[in-house]
Amino acid sequence: MSRAGTKLDSKKVNSELFTLTYGALVAQLLKDYENVEDVNKQLERMGYNMGIRLIEDFLARTGSGRCYDFRDTAEKIQTGFKIFLGITPTIANWSAAGDEFSLCFEANPLTEFVELPDHCLNLKYCNILIGVLRGACEMVQMEIACWFVQDQLKNDNVNELRVKFIKRLEDAIPAGED
Amino acid sequence: MVIYGVYIVSKSGGLIFNHDHNVPRIESERTFNYPLDIKLSYENKKIVVCFGQKDGINVGHVLTAVNGSLVTGRDLENGKDVFELLEQPESFPLSLKFSRARMTTNEKIFLASMFYPLFAIASQLSPEPRCSGIEILEADTFRLHCYQTLTGIKFIVVAEPTQNGIEILLKKIYELYADYALKNPFYSLEMPIRCELFETNLQTLLENVEKSGAGSV
Repeated sequence: MSRAGTKLDSKKVNSELFTLTYGALVAQLLKDYENVEDVNKQLERMGYNMGIRLIEDFLARTGSGRCYDFRDTAEKIQTGFKIFLGITPTIANWSAAGDEFSLCFEANPLTEFVELPDHCLNLKYCNILIGVLRGACEMVQMEIACWFVQDQLKNDNVNELRVKFIKRLEDAIPAGED
Repeated sequence: MVIYGVYIVSKSGGLIFNHDHNVPRIESERTFNYPLDIKLSYENKKIVVCFGQKDGINVGHVLTAVNGSLVTGRDLENGKDVFELLEQPESFPLSLKFSRARMTTNEKIFLASMFYPLFAIASQLSPEPRCSGIEILEADTFRLHCYQTLTGIKFIVVAEPTQNGIEILLKKIYELYADYALKNPFYSLEMPIRCELFETNLQTLLENVEKSGAGSV
């Protein structure tokens, strides 16, 4: 995915390769852990570790500034999906307080060739995304929670990812920022 | 167009990367007779010229060798004390080699962590709310440019005062960091960056900027 020097267009990385690699990862985790819950947790943890690094790539590439409103954040997350997954989810279902929203998308490159077998209906296949979002937001001093409320793998019409703002991590804000 | 060096300071204020790019090495060797016509003193474990400036040997330069034998601290390679040697008339004439003091890694770490509170103070001193902290620090011989990312990492470039386009360069270095340090699975966050790819790409970038300006990158 690196750009400098190679002049490789990151969009041209084949998404099927990505889909299959992710599939291999999840399948391996299912083998390693007996319990589906453990796999969910592990996926989130991996996502978190990716998120705290990926945020720098996002910031360096887009040059975006700090969000002072959760609506800004929603739009930036949407851009993030576009950059890294090549899909543009729609932002919907804002809560009245403006601290919760949903990202809805139909095409999901992670699940392109996937059907869940019966014994892992509790598997949150895309849980890595949740970790990524949480890790990335934490690095810009924002604590969020997110979860899937609808999942095409579980026969819903769309994928709906709910994102909730919890708090600003005031202690972690670097000097010269607030 | 000279860029002297690049520093990266982590969120917690530690120096995680340093690259000396273009520091001209100034060395001068001369033969001296007794008595020595420059004054030397011992400071910070180095023998430095404290008074008497001539023939390219300036105040602040460090004694690096005596008759070709390297000086460490105040001792020669054979363990003899330099000051004792300089007081004995029979040891002259002596050839002394001086060079500009180079910062040790420890000193760099020390300075980097000193910049951290300075930056914070600057942002607190500001008469206007929400000040960014030090972005440019200017002196007669260099200009220090600092870019702090939203995640709190500081990228610092020390360059000639006339060098322009450093803002673009800083953003490019940030991109290189995101690419070659963070995507390296063996690099752990907040730790010193020891990634060869990062270093070589940075080197290329700096050379390009020096050669043809920041517009070309």
